[in-house]
Amino acid sequence: MSRTEEATGIDRLANPGDSRVLIVNGDIVDPNDRRRADIAVSGGLVVEVGENLDTEGAEHVIDAAGCVVSTGFVDLRTCVGEPGDEQIETVESAGRGAVLGGFTTVLAMPSTTPTIDNASSVRDMLRLAERSLCRIRPVGAVTKGRNGNELAEMAEMAGLGVTMFCDDEVTIADSGVLRRAMEYAGGIGATLAQHCVDPSLAAGAIMHEGEWSSRLGMQGSPAAAEEIAIVRDLTLARLTGTSLHIQHVSTAGGVEAIRRAKADGLEVTCHVAPYHFTSTDADCASFDPSFRVEPPLRSAADVAAVKAGLADGTIDAIASDHTPRAPEDKEAPFDQAPPGMLGLETTLALAVTELDMSIEQIVEKLSWRPAQIARLGDVHSGVVAAGRVADLVVIDVDHEWTISGAAMASNSRNCPYDGRTVKGRVRHTLVGGKLVVADQQVVG
Amino acid sequence: MSADFGRHLLALNEIGVDGIKEILSMTDRFVEINERPIPKVPALRGKTVCTMFFEDSTRTKLSFEAAAKRLSADTMSMSVSSSSVKKGESVRDTIETIQAMGIDAFVVRHKSSGVPWQIANWVDDHVSILNGGDGWHSHPTQGLLDSYTLCQARDGEAGENPSLDGVHVGLIGDIKHSRVARSDVEAFTALGAKVTLIGPPTLMPPSVVGWSMDGSTVDISHDLDSLLPELDVVALLRIQRERMGQALIPSIGEYVETFGLNRNRMSLVRPDAIITHPGPMNRGVEVSVDVLDGHPGTVVLRQVTNGVAVRMAVLFLLLGSGVVS
Repeated sequence: MSRTEEATGIDRLANPGDSRVLIVNGDIVDPNDRRRADIAVSGGLVVEVGENLDTEGAEHVIDAAGCVVSTGFVDLRTCVGEPGDEQIETVESAGRGAVLGGFTTVLAMPSTTPTIDNASSVRDMLRLAERSLCRIRPVGAVTKGRNGNELAEMAEMAGLGVTMFCDDEVTIADSGVLRRAMEYAGGIGATLAQHCVDPSLAAGAIMHEGEWSSRLGMQGSPAAAEEIAIVRDLTLARLTGTSLHIQHVSTAGGVEAIRRAKADGLEVTCHVAPYHFTSTDADCASFDPSFRVEPPLRSAADVAAVKAGLADGTIDAIASDHTPRAPEDKEAPFDQAPPGMLGLETTLALAVTELDMSIEQIVEKLSWRPAQIARLGDVHSGVVAAGRVADLVVIDVDHEWTISGAAMASNSRNCPYDGRTVKGRVRHTLVGGKLVVADQQVVG
Repeated sequence: MSADFGRHLLALNEIGVDGIKEILSMTDRFVEINERPIPKVPALRGKTVCTMFFEDSTRTKLSFEAAAKRLSADTMSMSVSSSSVKKGESVRDTIETIQAMGIDAFVVRHKSSGVPWQIANWVDDHVSILNGGDGWHSHPTQGLLDSYTLCQARDGEAGENPSLDGVHVGLIGDIKHSRVARSDVEAFTALGAKVTLIGPPTLMPPSVVGWSMDGSTVDISHDLDSLLPELDVVALLRIQRERMGQALIPSIGEYVETFGLNRNRMSLVRPDAIITHPGPMNRGVEVSVDVLDGHPGTVVLRQVTNGVAVRMAVLFLLLGSGVVS
C-alpha cells in the first residue's frame, strides 16, 4: 500500500473508523475545483465520490446541503500544554477543540515540559497523542531545551516522522547557530520554522510599540524587531538553500520582505494567526490580558497589510496559534500575564468574518497549504477522491454564532472574543473516516 | 453635580474637560475648609475608604487618607510590605476579601498599567475605584492637583471656569516612564495650556498622539536652554536612577549638564515663572540644591497642600450626597 492509501506510522489513530459514512449534497472544495457530489467513506478512506451514492448500509448519512466539504484543516501552530501543563490543556481537550474547529491534524509545538527535543520525547508525545480525537504531529525543537545554542537531534526525530522543527516562541538569536540549524534541517528534508523577533529590540515589551503603547504606558516592541529578524532569516535561507517557514507574520514590513523574497524565488512560506487580522493594538486599552499575544497585536495599517498578504498569496496559511493559559493568568496584570490566546475553535469563523476572501481561498489556507508546508502533502493533499484518507470537514459558511469561552473544549478560557458574533462554523468532522464531530458536538 | 463621573476616577480622559473643571472648581471649597481651625466636615460620615498600595508610596497614600479623614470617612489601608500579596494572593482575591469587609471606595496604586481598570471590573456595583497611579500610565489626582496649583498661582483660585489659556508649560525629564506626565498633559491641555515635553529622545515616548484633551499638538523638544525663557511653567519630573542601567542615558552627570535645573540654568528661567515638582525630588539630579528655595514661583509644597483638597473634592463627588456642609 502506498502512503497515499494508508496513513503511516505517525498518523495512525488509536481507533480508525471502519463504519461506512456518507456525506451527501455538499459542495466539495478541493485544489481542483468546487463541485456538488456525495462522498462515501469506509475503512478510514474515501471510497467513492459521485452523484446520488447509495446510502444503503451506511451507519451515518450526513446531509451537507448548503455546506462546503473539504479535507480537514491542518494547524501549523498549536500549544497543547501536555506534557507539563495538563491543568491548562491536555491532548484530549486540545483534540476536542481541534476537531470542533475543523482541524484534523495539529502540529504540536515543542514548548512543553520536558521540551520535545529528542527521539524519546517524540515517542512519549506520540503515545500521548493516541488519546486525541485529532492527529497530533509533534514539532521538534531545533536546539536542545530550546536554548538557542546546541542543535537538537533532529535526524533521530525525523526518523520518527517529525517533519518540522521550531523553537516555538523563542527566536534563535545567534545567526551562526541558525545557519547551522538550517543547513542541518535541509539535509534531512525537514522544514525549519522560526518565530521572528529581534530579542534585544523587543526586550521587556508587552505590546506593539506605537501610539497605543505610548498612551497606555507600556513598553513596546517595534515593528522593526520583527522586520529585522525576518530579513535576517530570509538572508540565511538564501545562503543555506533551506526551506524556511516564518511563523505568525504580523507587520507590514515583514509581509513585504516575504513578498519580495518569494518574487526572488526563495523557498519561504509563512502563516498568520487570526488575531493579527482581527484585532489591533488599540484593543489592549481594555487591559484584558487575553489580548496580550506574541507577536503583539499591531496597528491598523499592519492589519491591512496582513489582509493584503493573504489575498495575494504572500501569506500561505492561517494557523490558530492556540495557546491555552491558566484562568489565574487571565486575571494577572496585563504586563505579567503570559502571552497567548485560544484559537482552535475560532480560527475558521474569524477568517470567514474578518477576511474579504472566498471560502475556497480560506480552506486552501487552512487545509492543503499548511499540509504542504508541514510536508504532509502526500497523505493530506487536499484532494477529495477515492483512495484518500478520510479527514474531512463539513462547513456551514453562513452560520452565525456567538463565541463563548466557557463553552470551549479547552481547559483554559483565555479568549478575548467572548460574546462576539461571528459567521462560519464547522458542522461535522471526520478523522480517519470516523465521525468525531456531528452537528457541532463532539461524538468521538 | 453636573458632569457625569460614573463611579470611578481611573483617568482624566475618561471624565472629560467638564469633569476636570468641575473637580477643580469644587477644590476651591475644600482649600477653604482646610484653612479653617478645624478642617473637617461630616460629608462622608459612615463611608469607608481603603487605600490599596501594591507599590510603595508615601505622599499619595497619606494625602488620600488625610482627604478621607477630613471628610469624616473611615479609612483602612493595605500596603504590600505587610500584605498577603507577598504570600502569593492574587490582586482579585485581595480586593474581594477586603471588599467583603464593607468598603465604599478603593484607592489603588499598582506598578502595572491598567490594574485599576481590571479591579473596576471585579468589584461590586456600589464600590468606587480611584486610580492612585498605575504603571507608567495614569495618575489622575496628580494631574488635577498640578493643574489646580497652576490655576491658583495665576488666579488665586480655580473659580467657576478654571482655565490655563495662554500658559506654556514645559514638562521636563523622563516622560516615557512617567504616569505623572501623561495625566499632567491631559489636565493642562484640558484647561487650554500649551504643553512642550522636554528631555533626551531616549526618555520620550514613541508617540504622543492622543495625549492632549483639546486636540492640540503636544510638542517635543530636546533643547531645554532655548525654551526656558519662554516657559510660564517649569514642571520638573523625577529621574529614576535605574534608567541608566537600561542605557537610556549615559550618566546622571550628563543629564544634570543638559536637563538639570542648576544655578546657571536658573538665569534662563523667567522671574515670574512657576516651578513645580511632583516629588520625591532628587536634589542634585533634576534640580540642584537651593535653586528652588530662592525662586518666588516655586510651588512644590503648595502642590502637596492642594493634593489633599483635590482628593477631598474627588472623594466628595464620587461618594458624597452633594452636601458639603
